[in-house]
Amino acid sequence: MAGVVRGTLAARRRREVLLGIAILAFLAVLPLGISNVYLRGLIVLALLYAGLSQAWNILGGYCGQISLGHALYFGIGAYTSTLLFTRLGISPLLGMFAGGLFSGLAAFLVGLPCFRLSGHYYAIATLVIGMMAALLAANWDFINAAEGITISFHGESWADLAFRTAILPFHYVMLAYAALIWLIAWLIEGSRWGFFWRAVKDDVAAARSLGISIYPSKLAAAAISGAATGIGGALYAQYVGFIDPESTLDLSLSVLIALPAVVGGIGTLWGPLLGAAVLIPVQQLSVAWLGSAAGGIDLMVYGALIMALALARPEGLVSFFQARARKEAAGHG
Amino acid sequence: MSATLIAQVAIGGLLMGLVYAVVAAGLTLIFGLMDVVNFAHGALLMVAMYATLLIHRATGLDPLVQLPLVALLLFGAGVVIYRGLIARTLSVRVNAGMVQIFVTFGLSIFLVGAAEFLFGSDFQSINASFLGGRSLAFGAIILPWPLVASGIVALLVFLGLFLLSRTEFGHALEATREDHEAVALIGIDRDRVFGIGWGIGTASVGIAGVMLANFYYIAPDVGTNFALIAYVTVALGGFGSIFGALIAGLIIGLVEALTALFIDPALKQIGIFLIYLAVLMIRPRGLFGHL
Amino acid sequence: MAEPLLAIRGISKSFGSVAANVDISFEVAAGEILGLIGPNGAGKSSLFNIIAGAIKPDRGEILFEGRRISGIGAVACARRGIGRTFQVVRSFDSMTVLENVMVGAFLHARRSAAAMREAAGVIAFCGLAGRRDVAAHRLSPPDKRRLEIARALATRPRLLLLDEMLTGLTPTEAREGMQLVRDLRAQGITIIMVEHVMEVLLPLIDRAIVLDLGRKLLEGRPAEIVRHPDVIRAYLGERYVA
Repeated sequence: MAGVVRGTLAARRRREVLLGIAILAFLAVLPLGISNVYLRGLIVLALLYAGLSQAWNILGGYCGQISLGHALYFGIGAYTSTLLFTRLGISPLLGMFAGGLFSGLAAFLVGLPCFRLSGHYYAIATLVIGMMAALLAANWDFINAAEGITISFHGESWADLAFRTAILPFHYVMLAYAALIWLIAWLIEGSRWGFFWRAVKDDVAAARSLGISIYPSKLAAAAISGAATGIGGALYAQYVGFIDPESTLDLSLSVLIALPAVVGGIGTLWGPLLGAAVLIPVQQLSVAWLGSAAGGIDLMVYGALIMALALARPEGLVSFFQARARKEAAGHG
Repeated sequence: MSATLIAQVAIGGLLMGLVYAVVAAGLTLIFGLMDVVNFAHGALLMVAMYATLLIHRATGLDPLVQLPLVALLLFGAGVVIYRGLIARTLSVRVNAGMVQIFVTFGLSIFLVGAAEFLFGSDFQSINASFLGGRSLAFGAIILPWPLVASGIVALLVFLGLFLLSRTEFGHALEATREDHEAVALIGIDRDRVFGIGWGIGTASVGIAGVMLANFYYIAPDVGTNFALIAYVTVALGGFGSIFGALIAGLIIGLVEALTALFIDPALKQIGIFLIYLAVLMIRPRGLFGHL
Repeated sequence: MAEPLLAIRGISKSFGSVAANVDISFEVAAGEILGLIGPNGAGKSSLFNIIAGAIKPDRGEILFEGRRISGIGAVACARRGIGRTFQVVRSFDSMTVLENVMVGAFLHARRSAAAMREAAGVIAFCGLAGRRDVAAHRLSPPDKRRLEIARALATRPRLLLLDEMLTGLTPTEAREGMQLVRDLRAQGITIIMVEHVMEVLLPLIDRAIVLDLGRKLLEGRPAEIVRHPDVIRAYLGERYVA
């Protein structure tokens, strides 16, 4: 009996890993077939957001806590690694984990008061704290306030994670990041914590009745989610070479981090990746094609797309695939 | 620092707080009615301000005269948004809360983009209005008339909302917010009540927009800041409580003005946020929040 | 003398001006099936939730296996060995039946393989083996009740609280549910059942506590209960009392 059970769930998890490896392999060779530098840059950005949104998904999707302030953790990661690099010469390879650590800690600290709130109160509190941080950062001279920090370039180096013109190395950096966060989400999904968090999302009272402490569960999910977001922020800083409060702490970034998961399918393994693959190119291309010609149309396209996708597919784009899989299963049975 | 200056800044802060309160009232009305947070609220304020500007330029009508016109316009916009978008989100079976958040976010981005496309992102303002440039003096305390008038209009809006709550429609609103399903049984059309609720909520923002257009700059992202303050106001006053929005708006206006005076104008919002966080620690549901 | 598994001592609870429970005391022996019955508004739900730790009593204390559990909260009660179901079924709707039950099994299991094994056994015991990989929200109402029991059972409780599990079932379904309860007791689990329809419960239980208007009206074996004039009055009204 138990053997058969192990069969179904374990087989699904094995299938997910195999699919993950296949997608990883495909994404690894993808840039080799693309010579257009702009397009390559687009894929790099999509991979970054696939990772960031998966990080958000750990708290928002699995644990059900809709954060509208994840830019804070992104920004802390970006600033920590950048300050360590520019002021102390510490490699971003280490700096990104320091950034992750601080971001995780920040997420934990933000969670302490905010997880006493529920629903809209929580979402608004995260939004306000994120905006407050952005405002403080813009007035904090130690981090160059609103002027931002430029990461000076001293030649290409893997040890410093610095590449000026070659996008290919960053492709692999971001791919590794997205794959890492995916793997974390996959591990969580199969673990005790993952089950507890999903229980907390679905029904708090029932979760309590099974001995699950709600508050610590949310805090743990927030810390991991924040840390994973912070690492992405550090990588972004290296990729762009310049950070300021507007590009790393703004509310619009918090929304952009959450959106791929929402569009792709929240609380799912593939939603963030799928959402990023659709949303980031649309957002970037509309800026590139329309933005310069007629300011504002890019935002209109982007906004309209968000509305349309959210309304048309509330369960996310992954549901297209799930529906097909169900049909196949029904066909076999 | 003279006592006169402090008094002047404090009164100015309270008057601005009344404007914040009106913006927040629209938000909290919609939330209280149907549990939806409208993240396009700031964009609607911006729309109202541009509408005032355009009508002023086209016809020369003073913003004050435009009040009923823009309020009506925004009422219509609210009804259309409800019918076209929000009503659809209510029938969503999964992730309904999430869909509402992101649909209104998408709308906000769309509206800001449209404003940028149509009017560019430069700051604009109404140069000559009836109130512009005039001020009111109480001894040494001097207050600009546009701000004073905004405060008076804001109080009238709250009076209107209070009177509305005593009408038959107000009772229908109350009944609908208490039980969406049951009201159908007593012959209340839920969609109609929700639609009008949205209309009133956005009309409040419209009125705030007209008054702000008298003395504030107008730009596509002008609403962001006001919306942020409105969320804080609503959370501070308690989601769904109109009276809470009024009190919280006054507190926030006062704290903002005093922070700017005593600490640093660039950090004026920090004071607000700190008050907000402090209240949330003590009263997670806000000052007047029930639930 | 055998110590009772559960001792309720002088429990009182008011909500605003409404007294839900007034000075309730009784004991439950290990291995018993106890019915908690009474008409609507008798205070059953309140008392049930107090035992489960979901509501704090105003006064009085509850001892479980000799240790005080009143006021320690629902989470701690579950960890001490008290399982429960809900009057309005609460399933984890984003999960399958197996995953729902695994959540319960994770209270003791650290690794998912162990949780899965435990959950599979419990699911089979509760007669849900055929529905194991079905999404919880697709289950029929009686199967949802079974799922709740399975989920609670996976936490290895020594006391199981069942809230109106027989209400709304067809006679056949109710018979199957009662068989499940007997099977649970055969496993050594003590059971408290709340039900406001008295008839369905009487053949199943060893003893009943009858509540009315927040107070304990009566305590006794089913046969004594049904004949008692106070019970007849509470349930059926004055005119039925001979």
